[in-house]
Amino acid sequence: MSTPPTPHDGHDGHEDPNLPERDDLYANPGLPEHHWRPTDVDPRMEKRAERQVATLFGLSAICTVLFVVSYFTVGADDTVAGLGAQNLTLGLTLAGALLFIGLGIIQWARKLMADVELVEERHAVASPEEDRAVTLAALNQGIEESGIARRPLVRNSLLGAVGLVGVTAIVPLWDLGPSNAKVTKEQPYPGAGLEHTIWDKGMRVVRDVVGTPIRPGDLQIGDLVNAEPEGLFNGGPDGEPLEGLALQVGKSKGAVVVVRMEPDDIIPGDGRENWSVDGIVCYSKICTHVGCPISLYERTTHHLLCPCHQSTFDLADSARVVFGPAARPLPQLPLAVDSEGYLVAQSDFTEPVGPSYWERG
Amino acid sequence: MRLLNRSAGRISRHRRGPLAGVVVLLLGLLMTGGLYAAFSPASADETASSAEQVAKGRELFLVSCSFCHGQNGEGIKTQNGNQLGPSLVGVGAAAVDFQVGTGRMPLTQPGAQAPRKPEVFDDSEVAALAAYVASLGPGPAVPEESDYSLEGMSDEERQAAITRGGQIFLTNCTACHNFEGSGGAMPRGGHAPKIRGVEPKYIYEALLTGPQNMPNFSNGNLSPDEKRDVIAYLGSLDEMPSYGGFGLGGLGPVPEGLAAWLVGIGLCVGAAVWIAAHTTRSTKKKVDA
Repeated sequence: MSTPPTPHDGHDGHEDPNLPERDDLYANPGLPEHHWRPTDVDPRMEKRAERQVATLFGLSAICTVLFVVSYFTVGADDTVAGLGAQNLTLGLTLAGALLFIGLGIIQWARKLMADVELVEERHAVASPEEDRAVTLAALNQGIEESGIARRPLVRNSLLGAVGLVGVTAIVPLWDLGPSNAKVTKEQPYPGAGLEHTIWDKGMRVVRDVVGTPIRPGDLQIGDLVNAEPEGLFNGGPDGEPLEGLALQVGKSKGAVVVVRMEPDDIIPGDGRENWSVDGIVCYSKICTHVGCPISLYERTTHHLLCPCHQSTFDLADSARVVFGPAARPLPQLPLAVDSEGYLVAQSDFTEPVGPSYWERG
Repeated sequence: MRLLNRSAGRISRHRRGPLAGVVVLLLGLLMTGGLYAAFSPASADETASSAEQVAKGRELFLVSCSFCHGQNGEGIKTQNGNQLGPSLVGVGAAAVDFQVGTGRMPLTQPGAQAPRKPEVFDDSEVAALAAYVASLGPGPAVPEESDYSLEGMSDEERQAAITRGGQIFLTNCTACHNFEGSGGAMPRGGHAPKIRGVEPKYIYEALLTGPQNMPNFSNGNLSPDEKRDVIAYLGSLDEMPSYGGFGLGGLGPVPEGLAAWLVGIGLCVGAAVWIAAHTTRSTKKKVDA
């Protein structure tokens, strides 16, 4: 390490002998002569400005009247040039009513109100010495009278109580995942809910919204299906569709994209050789970065793009991350065909879906 | 003519003038000729042998398409293995009707994406090209109007179709094409085009064939009825007035923020400048009253 160069002693602290002493050189010229406005010197101009201001206030009044009229006459369903007529007329007339008052006042101030130049001397930023002394004395008196320095028990218990209030902000976080924290029959250990979805061996892959199962022959190369587990549509008691929280949880974790590509394009991952059916592969739709649902699929590159932060996954290569902030590939759902020829899952996902959390990389 | 002449001998208020028969004859001839003129090209097209169509299409193809797609539509690769033009075997007439009918093909310059532009070929030439490419291998045909029209549905059925189409659209299309169909950006300079105001036929064909980087939604994937519903939903968006005011292209917060900054804050700055600006000054002195 080299020592930093010492600054040269330059002009700092030295008066330049060549500079004149400023105070004596120029007399203070004072303010320039005041020029009046035309409205100050010409009565006709004054009258004219008066009329302008009154006209602006009058326009405001007209807008207010129009506002009331349009409130009662324009129907909620009426349209003007493709826009909602009621919003448009109410908004424009109210804007006019307020704007013209403002314009009138400014015009009034600029043309007619007193025209004098004021010089306001700036005062010191710091408070006067005696004010500071009085304030400090009051503070010290307060400290003395409260005895906070003499009574450590009171002081420390106060500090403890205030600090403890913060707990009220932290405890409710426990409820963020009741199903994930509690140990139940379905969840043998805390957090198991994050690692499993409603996908199961033999559950059919069905189209989202319509809920119809998919035959491999239905799909052509380049097809994309936004799909869901059939359990959403028949997973309730008596085979009813799921509802409420169960539906939301099932859907948020079980959503998948199914694409068909040239079988030769697929580079199967280790142990995933039989996870595709005739070039049909299925991946979780939930981005592994922060969990946006993704289905921006490019058929020629096999890339799936997340619109939130541009994470890009190569679906031909086990959803490898090719770009963006996602830290791990999308989980792949192993596919098979059931006895009726429909696409089914071989099992649940073999890894947690959705954003990575603290116990995972 | 017996029908016309039946009352000829009768004495009646409605007796026909002597020229009535001639006028009727002329009208008949005119109508026949007019009808023939109106319908003959269509019927001629239909009856023209497909071999003729294919031959005409091949001639056009050799001139305008073969440079990239190969003389037999087999596709051409560049020396470094990139695709100059993909193989057209099996893409079907629908793909040709979409690509050439919307002017995307023939491509005028290479780029991230072929944009829509004024068409080069007229309808009969597009049909001939489509017939030729369809002859290369089986592929989706150009859809009929009945495939995507809501004709003959009751109001309730129509509403149900639009609702279902909206759900399908929001699930399958909005990711790239925006929630209003206004389009959006895609990787490497590409974009998902705006699909509002696009002819229903071309939307149907795009779903069917998956142009460029778009995945297809073949009939096995998204049934013809579901495609029809999506198109009906897009049509209903066009009819819906924007009650909230200007949509600014339906592109979301970016244009809205831009408008707020440029127009809104611009107006505020303008007002501030006006308030603080010097007013006109006169050289006259004030006369004390």
